Amino acid sequence: MNQANQKMSADDIEALLPWYAAGTLDAREADQVEAALAADAELTRRLELAREEMAETVLLNESLGVPSPRVMENLFKAIDSERRRSRAPAAGGGMGGWLMDLFTPRAFAFAAGAAVVIMVLQAGVIAKLALQDRVETRSSFEPASAPPAATRGLEIGSFALVRFAPQANMADVTRFLDAHDAVIVDGPRPGGPGGLYRVRIARRYVGKEELERLVKEFQSASNLISMAVPSE
Amino acid sequence: MQVLFARHQVRVYRFVLRLVGNQAVAEDLISEVFLDVWRQADRFEGRSAVSTWLLAIARFKALSTMRRKPDEELNEEMAGAIEDKSDDPEVSIQKKDKSAALRKCLEALSPEHREVIDLVYYHEKSVQEVAEIVGIPEATVKTRMFYARKRLSELLKTAGIDRGWP
Repeated sequence: MNQANQKMSADDIEALLPWYAAGTLDAREADQVEAALAADAELTRRLELAREEMAETVLLNESLGVPSPRVMENLFKAIDSERRRSRAPAAGGGMGGWLMDLFTPRAFAFAAGAAVVIMVLQAGVIAKLALQDRVETRSSFEPASAPPAATRGLEIGSFALVRFAPQANMADVTRFLDAHDAVIVDGPRPGGPGGLYRVRIARRYVGKEELERLVKEFQSASNLISMAVPSE
Repeated sequence: MQVLFARHQVRVYRFVLRLVGNQAVAEDLISEVFLDVWRQADRFEGRSAVSTWLLAIARFKALSTMRRKPDEELNEEMAGAIEDKSDDPEVSIQKKDKSAALRKCLEALSPEHREVIDLVYYHEKSVQEVAEIVGIPEATVKTRMFYARKRLSELLKTAGIDRGWP
């Protein structure tokens, strides 16, 4: 008897209820569990027990909170440090696997370029050709002294959440960000129409007062920026 | 890497925290987990989900940190490492809060039972994936889950809730 035709015992079926409740059975197993459930009210009741367990397990885990920002900081500091030490492509460079692509400088460059694209779409004033130039040259948001593209936006610094004004155009935004040595590192984030972007506004950690001062500079550029607040 | 980290860090953190019971240790460990992932990315062959791979690495590191061999079973000693700030099951029942009692009993499970329940219900791992993460045969995964749930029913019964199963 091949596997597809194998009929599971009642005990086998019952053992699978947690996975059925979680929706992680394959189609064949799920079909057999459903057939058994249709014929057995007690089994259905036991499935409800599993669903209760699942609901409380999720609640319990969700109550555990989230890791602090220091985790990300430590991680990318360590990666940056290893990159500098090795002066070579990312660990395992040259080997296959789609996951490696996530770590390549080109991928990060693309991600940064994509952030520019999104910002420009929001502003709604930039021609496609100009946008491609921006992505290809990657100059506007990457000063010559910036770290490698692979770590861009990931290093330690001070950040703000920014929403750009609808009328802002790319040239002006670029000049403004360059003038403030700022880089878009993430976005858009949920936060209403227009989207929020995470912008690194200082290359190092600054105190609360200095951060607020920098954010005020962004807020004062009301023709370009409709909202700016300090961010973790 | 940023995307990978953003997508998985919270669940990996919670998985590790449930194992080691200490927030600072869990945070240090997940930094190490993702650093290892960055270093070993070429070893990922795509046969399993990235999250499964991450949880397997995280489990190995958590157990190593607990000064135990990865293939050894978790034991009650580790359960003691988790601080318990809530009421005991009986008190929860007195509050007529069945959900709270169930959560309390979930926390009272042994680490190995808690782990398999978390992996199945919270991390939504299949039998095969749990086997891969924990390093045990699939049949053992099913058996362990059954006994974890059986133990949960026993704890609830002790606390005054008879689920009529098993």
